[in-house]
Amino acid sequence: MLSNLFPNVRMEELWTATEETLYMTGISVLGTLIFGIILGLLLFLTDRGNIWENKATNFVIATVVNVFRAIPFIILIFLLFPFTDFIMGTIRGPKAALPALIIGASPFYARMVEIALKEVDKGVLEAAKAMGAKTSHVIMKVLLPESMPALISGITVTAISLISFTAMAGAIGAGGLGDLAYRKGFQRWDFDVVFACTILIVFIVFIFQFIGDFTSRKMDKR
Amino acid sequence: MISIKSLSKIYKSKHNEVKAVDHLNLNIKNGEIFGVIGYSGAGKSTFIRLLNRLEEPTEGEITINGKDITKLGSRSLRKERQKIGMIFQHFNLLWSRTVLENISFPLEIAGVPRDERKKKVLELIKLVGLSGRENYYPSQLSGGQKQRVGIARALANDPDVLLCDEATSALDPQTTDDILDLLVDINNKLGLTIILITHEMHVIQKICHRVAVMEGGKVIEQGDALDVFMHPKEKTTKRFVQQVMGPEQDQAFIESLIKSYESGKVVRLHFVGESTNQALISELSKTFDININILQGNITQTQEGAYGTLFVHLDGTNEEIEKAINFISKTSVEVEVQSYAE
Ligand SMILES: Nc1ncnc2c1ncn2[C@@H]1O[C@H](COP(=O)(O)OP(=O)(O)OP(=O)(O)O)[C@@H](O)[C@H]1O
Ligand SMILES: [Mg+2]
Repeated sequence: MLSNLFPNVRMEELWTATEETLYMTGISVLGTLIFGIILGLLLFLTDRGNIWENKATNFVIATVVNVFRAIPFIILIFLLFPFTDFIMGTIRGPKAALPALIIGASPFYARMVEIALKEVDKGVLEAAKAMGAKTSHVIMKVLLPESMPALISGITVTAISLISFTAMAGAIGAGGLGDLAYRKGFQRWDFDVVFACTILIVFIVFIFQFIGDFTSRKMDKR
Repeated sequence: MISIKSLSKIYKSKHNEVKAVDHLNLNIKNGEIFGVIGYSGAGKSTFIRLLNRLEEPTEGEITINGKDITKLGSRSLRKERQKIGMIFQHFNLLWSRTVLENISFPLEIAGVPRDERKKKVLELIKLVGLSGRENYYPSQLSGGQKQRVGIARALANDPDVLLCDEATSALDPQTTDDILDLLVDINNKLGLTIILITHEMHVIQKICHRVAVMEGGKVIEQGDALDVFMHPKEKTTKRFVQQVMGPEQDQAFIESLIKSYESGKVVRLHFVGESTNQALISELSKTFDININILQGNITQTQEGAYGTLFVHLDGTNEEIEKAINFISKTSVEVEVQSYAE
Protein backbone atom coordinates (compact mmCIF):
# COMPACT_ATOMS: atom_id res chain seq x y z
CA MET A 1 0.00 0.00 0.00
CA LEU A 2 2.56 2.55 1.24
CA SER A 3 5.07 1.50 -1.37
CA ASN A 4 2.44 2.22 -4.02
CA LEU A 5 1.90 5.72 -2.76
CA PHE A 6 5.60 6.41 -2.13
CA PRO A 7 7.42 4.24 -4.71
CA ASN A 8 10.79 5.95 -4.29
CA VAL A 9 10.86 6.24 -0.51
CA ARG A 10 13.37 3.99 1.20
CA MET A 11 12.34 3.44 4.81
CA GLU A 12 15.88 3.25 6.26
CA GLU A 13 16.82 6.46 4.51
CA LEU A 14 13.74 8.23 5.79
CA TRP A 15 14.35 6.98 9.32
CA THR A 16 18.00 8.08 9.35
CA ALA A 17 17.00 11.49 8.05
CA THR A 18 14.35 11.81 10.76
CA GLU A 19 16.89 10.87 13.40
CA GLU A 20 19.31 13.45 12.06
CA THR A 21 16.64 16.14 12.10
CA LEU A 22 15.67 15.26 15.65
CA TYR A 23 19.32 15.22 16.67
CA MET A 24 20.02 18.65 15.17
CA THR A 25 16.84 20.11 16.61
CA GLY A 26 17.32 18.58 20.05
CA ILE A 27 20.90 19.68 20.57
CA SER A 28 20.36 23.11 19.09
CA VAL A 29 17.25 23.71 21.25
CA LEU A 30 19.33 22.79 24.28
CA GLY A 31 22.17 25.09 23.22
CA THR A 32 19.77 27.90 22.40
CA LEU A 33 18.07 27.48 25.74
CA ILE A 34 21.36 27.88 27.59
CA PHE A 35 22.81 30.76 25.54
CA GLY A 36 19.46 32.46 25.10
CA ILE A 37 18.74 32.48 28.83
CA ILE A 38 22.23 33.71 29.67
CA LEU A 39 22.03 36.49 27.07
CA GLY A 40 18.46 37.34 28.02
CA LEU A 41 19.37 37.55 31.70
CA LEU A 42 22.35 39.77 30.90
CA LEU A 43 20.17 42.02 28.74
CA PHE A 44 17.62 42.27 31.53
CA LEU A 45 19.97 42.66 34.48
CA THR A 46 22.21 45.28 32.88
CA ASP A 47 19.23 47.34 31.82
CA ARG A 48 18.34 50.61 33.53
CA GLY A 49 17.19 50.35 37.13
CA ASN A 50 18.30 46.75 37.50
CA ILE A 51 20.75 44.88 39.69
CA TRP A 52 23.69 45.03 37.30
CA GLU A 53 22.73 48.27 35.60
CA ASN A 54 25.52 49.01 33.14
CA LYS A 55 24.93 51.03 30.02
CA ALA A 56 28.05 49.91 28.14
CA THR A 57 27.59 46.18 28.72
CA ASN A 58 23.93 46.39 27.87
CA PHE A 59 24.71 48.23 24.65
CA VAL A 60 27.34 45.72 23.56
CA ILE A 61 25.12 42.70 24.20
CA ALA A 62 22.11 44.33 22.58
CA THR A 63 24.17 45.17 19.50
CA VAL A 64 25.56 41.65 19.14
CA VAL A 65 22.07 40.21 19.54
CA ASN A 66 20.60 42.59 16.99
CA VAL A 67 23.34 42.00 14.44
CA PHE A 68 23.06 38.23 14.61
CA ARG A 69 19.30 38.46 14.47
CA ALA A 70 19.57 40.47 11.27
CA ILE A 71 21.67 37.93 9.37
CA PRO A 72 19.56 35.53 7.26
CA PHE A 73 20.17 31.97 8.38
CA ILE A 74 21.46 30.63 5.07
CA ILE A 75 24.07 33.40 4.97
CA LEU A 76 24.98 32.78 8.60
CA ILE A 77 25.86 29.19 7.68
CA PHE A 78 28.28 30.36 4.98
CA LEU A 79 29.66 33.02 7.27
CA LEU A 80 30.35 30.49 10.01
CA PHE A 81 32.06 27.87 7.78
CA PRO A 82 35.58 28.68 9.09
CA PHE A 83 34.37 28.78 12.69
CA THR A 84 32.44 25.53 12.29
CA ASP A 85 35.42 23.85 10.65
CA PHE A 86 37.56 25.01 13.57
CA ILE A 87 35.41 23.80 16.44
CA MET A 88 33.62 20.80 14.90
CA GLY A 89 36.44 19.66 12.58
CA THR A 90 34.03 19.32 9.64
CA ILE A 91 31.58 21.36 7.65
CA ARG A 92 29.35 18.48 6.61
CA GLY A 93 26.78 16.38 8.43
CA PRO A 94 24.34 17.09 11.23
CA LYS A 95 27.09 18.01 13.70
CA ALA A 96 28.39 20.75 11.47
CA ALA A 97 24.99 22.42 11.44
CA LEU A 98 24.93 22.91 15.21
CA PRO A 99 27.05 26.07 15.60
CA ALA A 100 25.04 27.94 12.99
CA LEU A 101 21.74 26.70 14.42
CA ILE A 102 22.61 27.75 17.98
CA ILE A 103 24.19 31.04 16.98
CA GLY A 104 21.28 31.80 14.70
CA ALA A 105 18.53 31.03 17.22
CA SER A 106 20.05 32.26 20.50
CA PRO A 107 19.66 35.99 19.78
CA PHE A 108 15.99 35.46 18.92
CA TYR A 109 15.41 33.55 22.08
CA ALA A 110 17.45 36.01 24.15
CA ARG A 111 15.01 38.77 23.22
CA MET A 112 12.07 36.58 24.16
CA VAL A 113 13.74 35.80 27.49
CA GLU A 114 14.29 39.50 28.10
CA ILE A 115 10.63 40.25 27.43
CA ALA A 116 9.55 37.38 29.69
CA LEU A 117 11.75 38.68 32.52
CA LYS A 118 10.40 42.19 32.16
CA GLU A 119 6.95 40.77 32.83
CA VAL A 120 7.96 39.49 36.27
CA ASP A 121 6.13 41.47 38.96
CA LYS A 122 8.36 44.27 40.26
CA GLY A 123 6.74 43.92 43.68
CA VAL A 124 7.88 40.32 43.96
CA LEU A 125 11.44 41.29 43.06
CA GLU A 126 11.28 43.98 45.69
CA ALA A 127 9.96 41.52 48.26
CA ALA A 128 12.91 39.22 47.53
CA LYS A 129 15.29 42.14 47.95
CA ALA A 130 13.65 43.08 51.24
CA MET A 131 14.19 39.51 52.45
CA GLY A 132 17.90 39.80 51.80
CA ALA A 133 18.12 37.71 48.63
CA LYS A 134 21.41 37.55 46.72
CA THR A 135 21.46 38.04 42.95
CA SER A 136 21.84 34.30 42.42
CA HIS A 137 18.75 33.72 44.55
CA VAL A 138 16.85 36.36 42.65
CA ILE A 139 17.72 34.68 39.35
CA MET A 140 17.16 31.07 40.34
CA LYS A 141 14.26 31.47 42.75
CA VAL A 142 12.36 34.45 41.39
CA LEU A 143 13.17 35.54 37.84
CA LEU A 144 13.30 32.14 36.15
CA PRO A 145 10.42 30.39 37.97
CA GLU A 146 8.14 33.43 37.76
CA SER A 147 8.69 33.76 34.00
CA MET A 148 8.65 30.02 33.26
CA PRO A 149 5.47 29.85 31.13
CA ALA A 150 6.75 32.62 28.85
CA LEU A 151 10.21 31.02 28.72
CA ILE A 152 8.63 27.75 27.64
CA SER A 153 6.34 29.19 24.99
CA GLY A 154 9.34 31.18 23.74
CA ILE A 155 11.50 28.10 23.39
CA THR A 156 8.61 26.32 21.65
CA VAL A 157 8.43 29.00 18.98
CA THR A 158 12.22 28.97 18.71
CA ALA A 159 12.30 25.17 18.42
CA ILE A 160 9.87 25.31 15.54
CA SER A 161 12.04 27.87 13.75
CA LEU A 162 14.99 25.61 14.45
CA ILE A 163 13.25 22.71 12.72
CA SER A 164 12.93 24.76 9.56
CA PHE A 165 16.52 25.99 9.98
CA THR A 166 17.68 22.33 10.05
CA ALA A 167 15.86 21.75 6.76
CA MET A 168 17.63 24.74 5.27
CA ALA A 169 20.96 23.50 6.60
CA GLY A 170 20.09 20.19 4.94
CA ALA A 171 20.22 21.88 1.57
CA ILE A 172 23.95 22.43 2.00
CA GLY A 173 24.64 18.90 3.14
CA ALA A 174 23.89 18.78 6.86
CA GLY A 175 21.70 15.70 6.54
CA GLY A 176 18.21 15.33 7.95
CA LEU A 177 14.81 15.51 6.30
CA GLY A 178 15.61 18.74 4.45
CA ASP A 179 18.68 17.16 2.94
CA LEU A 180 16.73 14.06 1.90
CA ALA A 181 13.96 16.08 0.32
CA TYR A 182 16.50 18.12 -1.60
CA ARG A 183 18.85 15.45 -2.88
CA LYS A 184 16.54 12.45 -3.31
CA GLY A 185 13.38 14.32 -3.94
CA PHE A 186 14.05 17.58 -5.73
CA GLN A 187 17.25 16.74 -7.59
CA ARG A 188 15.98 13.35 -8.79
CA TRP A 189 12.50 14.70 -9.35
CA ASP A 190 10.99 12.06 -7.00
CA PHE A 191 8.27 14.16 -5.47
CA ASP A 192 6.88 11.39 -3.29
CA VAL A 193 10.10 11.68 -1.26
CA VAL A 194 9.57 15.42 -0.84
CA PHE A 195 6.03 14.72 0.22
CA ALA A 196 7.03 12.08 2.80
CA CYS A 197 9.63 14.44 4.25
CA THR A 198 7.04 17.19 4.49
CA ILE A 199 4.62 15.00 6.39
CA LEU A 200 7.30 14.00 8.87
CA ILE A 201 8.47 17.56 9.44
CA VAL A 202 4.94 18.81 9.98
CA PHE A 203 4.40 15.95 12.39
CA ILE A 204 7.54 16.83 14.36
CA VAL A 205 6.51 20.48 14.51
CA PHE A 206 3.08 19.50 15.85
CA ILE A 207 4.64 17.36 18.56
CA PHE A 208 6.92 20.18 19.67
CA GLN A 209 4.02 22.61 19.67
CA PHE A 210 1.88 20.24 21.69
CA ILE A 211 4.55 19.55 24.30
CA GLY A 212 5.36 23.26 24.57
CA ASP A 213 1.76 24.37 24.98
CA PHE A 214 1.01 21.63 27.45
CA THR A 215 4.00 22.31 29.72
CA SER A 216 3.54 26.04 29.59
CA ARG A 217 -0.10 25.71 30.60
CA LYS A 218 0.70 23.16 33.28
CA MET A 219 3.31 25.47 34.81
CA ASP A 220 1.11 28.54 34.88
CA LYS A 221 -0.50 28.81 38.31
CA ARG A 222 -1.53 32.44 37.93
CA MET B 1 14.92 50.79 69.83
CA ILE B 2 14.81 52.24 66.37
CA SER B 3 16.21 55.70 66.19
CA ILE B 4 15.96 57.81 63.09
CA LYS B 5 17.99 60.98 62.84
CA SER B 6 17.69 63.67 60.25
CA LEU B 7 16.64 61.18 57.59
CA SER B 8 16.18 62.65 54.12
CA LYS B 9 15.44 61.34 50.67
CA ILE B 10 15.55 63.67 47.73
CA TYR B 11 14.45 62.51 44.28
CA LYS B 12 16.22 64.53 41.66
CA SER B 13 15.10 64.80 38.09
CA LYS B 14 16.26 67.08 35.31
CA HIS B 15 13.94 69.92 36.15
CA ASN B 16 13.18 69.68 39.83
CA GLU B 17 13.79 67.80 43.02
CA VAL B 18 11.27 66.27 45.38
CA LYS B 19 12.02 66.10 49.07
CA ALA B 20 10.04 62.93 49.71
CA VAL B 21 11.44 62.62 53.24
CA ASP B 22 12.82 65.77 54.79
CA HIS B 23 15.09 65.69 57.87
CA LEU B 24 12.84 63.30 59.69
CA ASN B 25 13.51 62.41 63.33
CA LEU B 26 11.77 59.62 65.15
CA ASN B 27 12.30 57.18 67.98
CA ILE B 28 10.41 53.92 68.03
CA LYS B 29 10.45 51.73 71.12
CA ASN B 30 11.04 48.01 71.07
CA GLY B 31 7.87 45.97 71.04
CA GLU B 32 5.47 48.75 70.20
CA ILE B 33 3.08 49.10 67.29
CA PHE B 34 3.99 52.39 65.74
CA GLY B 35 1.72 53.93 63.13
CA VAL B 36 2.64 56.50 60.53
CA ILE B 37 -0.30 58.25 58.96
CA GLY B 38 -0.46 60.84 56.24
CA TYR B 39 -2.16 61.79 53.03
CA SER B 40 -1.04 60.61 49.63
CA GLY B 41 2.36 61.99 48.72
CA ALA B 42 3.31 62.69 52.33
CA GLY B 43 6.33 60.45 51.90
CA LYS B 44 5.16 57.50 53.98
CA SER B 45 6.16 54.76 51.56
CA THR B 46 9.48 56.40 50.90
CA PHE B 47 10.07 56.59 54.64
CA ILE B 48 9.34 52.94 55.36
CA ARG B 49 11.38 51.82 52.34
CA LEU B 50 14.34 53.78 53.66
CA LEU B 51 14.27 51.71 56.84
CA ASN B 52 15.42 48.54 55.05
CA ARG B 53 17.14 50.52 52.32
CA LEU B 54 14.90 49.56 49.46
CA GLU B 55 15.57 53.25 48.86
CA GLU B 56 18.99 54.69 49.56
CA PRO B 57 18.80 57.65 51.94
CA THR B 58 20.21 60.94 50.77
CA GLU B 59 21.15 61.83 54.32
CA GLY B 60 20.64 60.73 57.91
CA GLU B 61 20.98 57.78 60.24
CA ILE B 62 18.80 54.80 60.96
CA THR B 63 19.77 52.79 64.00
CA ILE B 64 18.09 49.45 64.51
CA ASN B 65 19.33 47.26 67.39
CA GLY B 66 22.36 49.47 67.76
CA LYS B 67 23.39 49.10 64.12
CA ASP B 68 23.40 52.02 61.75
CA ILE B 69 21.59 50.60 58.75
CA THR B 70 22.76 53.40 56.48
CA LYS B 71 26.41 52.41 56.95
CA LEU B 72 26.10 48.68 56.23
CA GLY B 73 27.91 47.09 53.29
CA SER B 74 25.81 45.05 50.89
CA ARG B 75 26.61 41.73 52.57
CA SER B 76 25.73 42.83 56.09
CA LEU B 77 22.73 44.72 54.73
CA ARG B 78 21.37 41.46 53.30
CA LYS B 79 21.94 39.76 56.64
CA GLU B 80 20.21 42.60 58.47
CA ARG B 81 17.27 42.56 56.07
CA GLN B 82 16.57 38.99 57.12
CA LYS B 83 15.80 40.42 60.55
CA ILE B 84 13.47 43.09 59.19
CA GLY B 85 10.25 41.59 57.88
CA MET B 86 8.12 43.49 55.42
CA ILE B 87 4.57 43.12 54.15
CA PHE B 88 3.09 44.90 51.18
CA GLN B 89 -0.18 46.37 50.00
CA HIS B 90 -0.30 43.99 47.05
CA PHE B 91 1.12 41.02 48.99
CA ASN B 92 3.91 40.35 46.45
CA LEU B 93 3.75 36.58 46.69
CA LEU B 94 5.40 34.32 44.13
CA TRP B 95 2.58 32.92 42.00
CA SER B 96 4.76 29.96 41.06
CA ARG B 97 4.99 28.78 44.65
CA THR B 98 2.44 27.28 47.00
CA VAL B 99 1.63 28.80 50.38
CA LEU B 100 4.15 26.47 51.95
CA GLU B 101 6.85 27.27 49.41
CA ASN B 102 6.23 31.00 49.62
CA ILE B 103 6.72 31.00 53.37
CA SER B 104 9.76 28.80 52.93
CA PHE B 105 11.37 31.28 50.54
CA PRO B 106 13.05 33.59 53.09
CA LEU B 107 14.31 30.52 54.96
CA GLU B 108 15.92 29.20 51.76
CA ILE B 109 17.57 32.57 51.33
CA ALA B 110 18.87 32.43 54.89
CA GLY B 111 20.26 28.95 54.23
CA VAL B 112 18.10 27.10 56.75
CA PRO B 113 18.27 23.30 56.26
CA ARG B 114 15.27 21.59 54.69
CA ASP B 115 13.91 19.77 57.79
CA GLU B 116 14.05 22.88 59.90
CA ARG B 117 12.38 24.89 57.15
CA LYS B 118 9.46 22.54 56.95
CA LYS B 119 8.97 22.63 60.72
CA LYS B 120 9.16 26.42 60.89
CA VAL B 121 6.80 26.88 57.95
CA LEU B 122 4.16 24.64 59.48
CA GLU B 123 4.40 26.58 62.75
CA LEU B 124 3.93 29.84 60.88
CA ILE B 125 1.00 28.52 58.87
CA LYS B 126 -0.69 27.68 62.14
CA LEU B 127 0.16 31.06 63.64
CA VAL B 128 -1.48 32.97 60.80
CA GLY B 129 -4.46 30.62 60.62
CA LEU B 130 -3.90 29.01 57.25
CA SER B 131 -3.80 25.36 58.27
CA GLY B 132 -5.16 23.17 55.50
CA ARG B 133 -4.15 25.64 52.79
CA GLU B 134 -0.47 24.62 52.67
CA ASN B 135 -0.53 23.45 49.09
CA TYR B 136 -2.73 26.17 47.61
CA TYR B 137 -1.31 28.57 45.08
CA PRO B 138 -1.75 32.32 45.72
CA SER B 139 -4.26 32.49 42.87
CA GLN B 140 -6.49 30.17 44.88
CA LEU B 141 -6.54 32.43 47.94
CA SER B 142 -8.59 35.48 48.94
CA GLY B 143 -6.91 38.84 49.58
CA GLY B 144 -6.98 38.34 53.33
CA GLN B 145 -5.47 34.88 53.04
CA LYS B 146 -2.76 36.21 50.73
CA GLN B 147 -1.83 38.82 53.30
CA ARG B 148 -1.66 36.09 55.93
CA VAL B 149 0.86 34.30 53.75
CA GLY B 150 2.70 37.62 53.41
CA ILE B 151 2.79 37.98 57.18
CA ALA B 152 3.96 34.41 57.73
CA ARG B 153 6.67 34.92 55.14
CA ALA B 154 7.79 38.14 56.81
CA LEU B 155 8.04 36.37 60.17
CA ALA B 156 9.95 33.34 58.91
CA ASN B 157 13.41 34.45 60.00
CA ASP B 158 12.21 35.67 63.42
CA PRO B 159 12.63 39.36 62.68
CA ASP B 160 12.85 42.04 65.36
CA VAL B 161 10.91 44.51 63.26
CA LEU B 162 7.96 44.17 60.93
CA LEU B 163 7.38 46.89 58.34
CA CYS B 164 3.89 47.19 56.89
CA ASP B 165 3.26 49.48 53.93
CA GLU B 166 -0.50 49.93 53.56
CA ALA B 167 -0.87 46.27 54.40
CA THR B 168 -4.65 46.43 54.62
CA SER B 169 -5.43 49.02 51.96
CA ALA B 170 -6.38 46.42 49.37
CA LEU B 171 -8.75 44.62 51.72
CA ASP B 172 -12.41 45.07 52.66
CA PRO B 173 -13.26 46.41 56.16
CA GLN B 174 -13.95 43.03 57.72
CA THR B 175 -10.79 41.46 56.34
CA THR B 176 -8.84 44.56 57.36
CA ASP B 177 -9.97 44.07 60.95
CA ASP B 178 -9.03 40.38 60.85
CA ILE B 179 -5.54 41.19 59.60
CA LEU B 180 -5.15 43.96 62.19
CA ASP B 181 -6.18 41.52 64.93
CA LEU B 182 -3.57 39.11 63.64
CA LEU B 183 -0.92 41.83 63.82
CA VAL B 184 -1.84 42.62 67.44
CA ASP B 185 -1.75 38.92 68.22
CA ILE B 186 1.71 38.60 66.71
CA ASN B 187 2.90 41.70 68.52
CA ASN B 188 1.75 40.17 71.82
CA LYS B 189 3.05 36.67 71.17
CA LEU B 190 6.38 37.47 69.58
CA GLY B 191 7.02 40.90 71.07
CA LEU B 192 8.36 42.29 67.84
CA THR B 193 8.20 45.95 66.87
CA ILE B 194 5.67 46.77 64.18
CA ILE B 195 5.90 49.90 62.08
CA LEU B 196 2.90 50.45 59.89
CA ILE B 197 2.02 52.98 57.28
CA THR B 198 -1.54 53.89 56.52
CA HIS B 199 -3.86 56.64 55.40
CA GLU B 200 -6.74 55.28 57.46
CA MET B 201 -7.13 56.55 61.01
CA HIS B 202 -9.19 53.46 61.74
CA VAL B 203 -6.03 51.36 61.51
CA ILE B 204 -4.16 53.62 63.92
CA GLN B 205 -7.08 53.70 66.30
CA LYS B 206 -7.49 49.97 66.30
CA ILE B 207 -3.95 48.75 66.89
CA CYS B 208 -1.31 51.45 67.33
CA HIS B 209 0.30 52.36 70.60
CA ARG B 210 1.93 55.44 69.20
CA VAL B 211 1.46 57.42 66.05
CA ALA B 212 3.28 59.94 63.92
CA VAL B 213 1.50 62.16 61.44
CA MET B 214 3.47 62.88 58.27
CA GLU B 215 3.14 65.75 55.89
CA GLY B 216 5.55 67.04 53.29
CA GLY B 217 8.19 64.50 54.29
CA LYS B 218 8.21 65.56 57.92
CA VAL B 219 6.60 64.33 61.12
CA ILE B 220 4.24 67.15 62.07
CA GLU B 221 2.79 65.55 65.18
CA GLN B 222 3.47 62.45 67.23
CA GLY B 223 2.64 60.85 70.52
CA ASP B 224 0.59 58.16 72.20
CA ALA B 225 -2.22 57.22 69.88
CA LEU B 226 -4.76 58.19 72.52
CA ASP B 227 -3.23 61.59 73.19
CA VAL B 228 -3.17 62.40 69.54
CA PHE B 229 -6.80 61.31 69.32
CA MET B 230 -7.85 63.44 72.27
CA HIS B 231 -5.83 66.54 71.64
CA PRO B 232 -5.00 66.73 67.97
CA LYS B 233 -3.04 69.93 67.41
CA GLU B 234 -2.39 70.16 63.71
CA LYS B 235 -5.11 70.65 61.15
CA THR B 236 -4.15 67.49 59.27
CA THR B 237 -4.30 65.47 62.47
CA LYS B 238 -7.74 66.87 63.28
CA ARG B 239 -8.95 65.81 59.87
CA PHE B 240 -7.68 62.30 60.45
CA VAL B 241 -9.31 62.11 63.86
CA GLN B 242 -12.59 63.16 62.29
CA GLN B 243 -12.32 60.17 59.96
CA VAL B 244 -13.22 57.91 62.86
CA MET B 245 -14.85 60.27 65.36
CA GLY B 246 -17.05 62.32 63.09
CA PRO B 247 -16.86 66.11 63.23
CA GLU B 248 -16.61 67.92 66.59
CA GLN B 249 -19.95 69.06 67.96
CA ASP B 250 -20.35 72.78 67.61
CA GLN B 251 -21.61 75.13 70.27
CA ALA B 252 -24.99 75.65 68.61
CA PHE B 253 -25.72 71.96 68.76
CA ILE B 254 -24.85 71.78 72.45
CA GLU B 255 -27.03 74.79 73.25
CA SER B 256 -29.97 73.30 71.44
CA LEU B 257 -29.44 70.14 73.49
CA ILE B 258 -29.49 72.09 76.72
CA LYS B 259 -32.54 74.13 75.80
CA SER B 260 -34.61 71.02 75.27
CA TYR B 261 -34.43 70.12 78.98
CA GLU B 262 -36.22 71.87 81.79
CA SER B 263 -34.62 70.18 84.73
CA GLY B 264 -31.43 68.34 85.51
CA LYS B 265 -28.05 68.83 83.92
CA VAL B 266 -26.48 68.08 80.59
CA VAL B 267 -22.91 66.85 81.03
CA ARG B 268 -20.24 65.89 78.59
CA LEU B 269 -18.19 62.81 79.49
CA HIS B 270 -14.73 62.31 78.03
CA PHE B 271 -13.64 58.71 77.91
CA VAL B 272 -9.90 58.64 77.71
CA GLY B 273 -9.16 55.03 77.27
CA GLU B 274 -9.42 53.14 80.52
CA SER B 275 -11.28 49.94 80.13
CA THR B 276 -12.16 49.93 83.88
CA ASN B 277 -14.77 52.60 83.25
CA GLN B 278 -16.74 50.72 80.65
CA ALA B 279 -19.65 50.19 83.06
CA LEU B 280 -19.76 53.77 84.32
CA ILE B 281 -23.29 54.55 83.20
CA SER B 282 -24.88 51.48 84.72
CA GLU B 283 -22.92 52.05 87.91
CA LEU B 284 -24.18 55.63 88.16
CA SER B 285 -27.79 54.67 87.77
CA LYS B 286 -27.47 51.93 90.35
CA THR B 287 -25.64 54.01 92.94
CA PHE B 288 -27.52 57.33 92.68
CA ASP B 289 -31.15 58.15 92.53
CA ILE B 290 -31.03 59.77 89.13
CA ASN B 291 -32.26 59.12 85.61
CA ILE B 292 -29.64 59.03 82.93
CA ASN B 293 -30.51 59.86 79.38
CA ILE B 294 -27.91 59.28 76.69
CA LEU B 295 -28.25 62.15 74.21
CA GLN B 296 -25.47 61.88 71.79
CA GLY B 297 -22.12 60.25 71.71
CA ASN B 298 -19.19 58.96 69.87
CA ILE B 299 -17.16 56.27 71.52
CA THR B 300 -14.59 54.15 69.84
CA GLN B 301 -12.28 51.39 70.98
CA THR B 302 -8.55 51.96 70.78
CA GLN B 303 -5.64 49.77 71.71
CA GLU B 304 -5.67 51.53 75.13
CA GLY B 305 -9.40 51.22 75.78
CA ALA B 306 -12.51 53.26 75.04
CA TYR B 307 -12.08 56.75 73.76
CA GLY B 308 -14.65 59.42 72.89
CA THR B 309 -17.28 61.75 74.19
CA LEU B 310 -20.77 61.16 75.41
CA PHE B 311 -23.46 63.74 76.12
CA VAL B 312 -25.85 62.62 78.86
CA HIS B 313 -28.71 64.26 80.63
CA LEU B 314 -28.84 63.67 84.39
CA ASP B 315 -32.19 64.18 86.03
CA GLY B 316 -33.06 64.07 89.76
CA THR B 317 -32.54 66.23 92.80
CA ASN B 318 -29.69 68.70 92.61
CA GLU B 319 -28.03 66.94 95.50
CA GLU B 320 -28.03 63.52 93.86
CA ILE B 321 -26.79 65.02 90.58
CA GLU B 322 -23.98 66.76 92.43
CA LYS B 323 -22.99 63.49 94.10
CA ALA B 324 -23.02 61.65 90.79
CA ILE B 325 -20.82 64.25 89.12
CA ASN B 326 -18.46 64.06 92.06
CA PHE B 327 -18.31 60.32 91.65
CA ILE B 328 -17.49 60.56 87.96
CA SER B 329 -14.76 63.10 88.54
CA LYS B 330 -12.98 60.59 90.76
CA THR B 331 -12.73 58.13 87.84
CA SER B 332 -10.53 58.68 84.84
CA VAL B 333 -13.52 59.83 82.83
CA GLU B 334 -13.46 63.59 82.49
CA VAL B 335 -16.74 65.29 83.16
CA GLU B 336 -17.83 68.71 82.01
CA VAL B 337 -21.12 70.27 83.03
CA GLN B 338 -22.75 71.97 80.08
CA SER B 339 -25.60 73.77 81.80
CA TYR B 340 -27.78 74.29 84.76
CA ALA B 341 -31.24 74.03 83.44
CA GLU B 342 -33.74 76.03 85.45
N1 LIG C 1 10.99 56.87 42.54
C1 LIG C 1 10.59 58.16 42.68
N2 LIG C 1 11.08 59.13 41.87
C2 LIG C 1 10.69 60.41 42.01
N3 LIG C 1 9.82 60.84 42.92
C3 LIG C 1 9.29 59.94 43.76
C4 LIG C 1 9.64 58.56 43.69
N4 LIG C 1 8.96 57.89 44.64
C5 LIG C 1 8.22 58.80 45.29
N5 LIG C 1 8.41 60.03 44.77
C6 LIG C 1 7.78 61.28 45.24
O1 LIG C 1 7.98 61.39 46.63
C7 LIG C 1 6.81 61.86 47.27
C8 LIG C 1 6.37 60.93 48.36
O2 LIG C 1 5.94 59.72 47.78
P1 LIG C 1 5.48 58.46 48.64
O3 LIG C 1 5.22 57.35 47.71
O4 LIG C 1 6.47 58.21 49.72
O5 LIG C 1 4.12 58.99 49.27
P2 LIG C 1 3.06 58.21 50.17
O6 LIG C 1 2.90 59.00 51.41
O7 LIG C 1 3.45 56.79 50.32
O8 LIG C 1 1.75 58.33 49.31
P3 LIG C 1 0.59 57.24 49.06
O9 LIG C 1 -0.31 57.31 50.25
O10 LIG C 1 -0.06 57.75 47.82
O11 LIG C 1 1.23 55.92 48.87
C9 LIG C 1 5.77 62.07 46.17
O12 LIG C 1 5.75 63.44 45.83
C10 LIG C 1 6.30 61.26 45.04
O13 LIG C 1 5.94 61.83 43.81
MG1 LIG D 1 2.57 54.85 49.66
